[in-house]
Amino acid sequence: MVTADTVFLLIMKVQVNGEEKEIADGLSIARLLEELQIRPGRVVVELNQDVVSRAAHDSTLLKEGDALEIVHFVGGG
Amino acid sequence: MEDLLNLAGTNYRSRLIVGTGKYKDFQETKKAIEVSGAEIVTVAVRRVNITDPNKENLLDYLDPKKHTILPNTAGCYTAEDAVRTCRLAREAGVGKMIKLEVIGDDKTLFPDIPATLDAARILVKEGFVVLPYINDDPITAKKLQDIGCAAVMPLAAPIGSGLGIRNPYNIRIILEQATVPVIVDAGVGTASDAAIAMEMGCDGVLMNTAIASARDPILMAEAMRLGVESGRKAFLAGRIPKKLYATASSPLEGILG
Repeated sequence: MVTADTVFLLIMKVQVNGEEKEIADGLSIARLLEELQIRPGRVVVELNQDVVSRAAHDSTLLKEGDALEIVHFVGGG
Repeated sequence: MEDLLNLAGTNYRSRLIVGTGKYKDFQETKKAIEVSGAEIVTVAVRRVNITDPNKENLLDYLDPKKHTILPNTAGCYTAEDAVRTCRLAREAGVGKMIKLEVIGDDKTLFPDIPATLDAARILVKEGFVVLPYINDDPITAKKLQDIGCAAVMPLAAPIGSGLGIRNPYNIRIILEQATVPVIVDAGVGTASDAAIAMEMGCDGVLMNTAIASARDPILMAEAMRLGVESGRKAFLAGRIPKKLYATASSPLEGILG
């Protein structure tokens, strides 16, 4: 039964690097990186196939069904 | 006058470009790059492992003041994916120079040329400095320089094969018609392969496996530096023509009677 003191934690599903993740509704990219313990200075984020500039990490809020790619440089030839 | 490699308006003292893949750890990567003298180093763009994100990062081992980071599009099989990878790389803030490779087949790793041309057109338009990996094909090289690529990078032999330059005649034709630097990319196996490329007049050599997978990568990095340098000097010095018969080095006059 839903009572007045029931706490609703709104959860949504997003794809991060091909994996489904449940995160708090309306989380920003900056907060998501923090939760994932990823240093923002070393990664680049793509949201639904568009690059998100670092300056926009704070202001970009995620929605249900978003697909994120978080990439960085690795050794390569 | 100092002999410099000019790529899209930037001068480099080293004509050796090295990759950062296949090393046993970042320490070894760093040391090999140092010893090779390379100023331009290639890197790949990959997903962060989100279950273990705190691993060390390659960029912690490369000094951006000393090295130009050249992101590649390795692993891309379509023009679309290559362009997408370049846009991501640019946002990382390492500049606008990229190594374009659109792979056609995972067994040979030969490039998909129509896709490479498509991607190059888009990337040049978007302001990237494009260094495309191509077959040793003069027609492709010409098309890419006409599109506005900053260099052309024909392979010596398949990536990681270590076979050395398999078609020196095609490389010669590419060199003859080139209006941009020609950098041999891939297939070099040992220092003499690099030296041969440079003696032919190539502007640089790009390699990864030949150093990283050598028994002693650090020593091979030094060998490659010397191979590229000596090949370049020999090219500038101008070799003697090959002749069938002997020419004496000592004077013929004054021989004891």
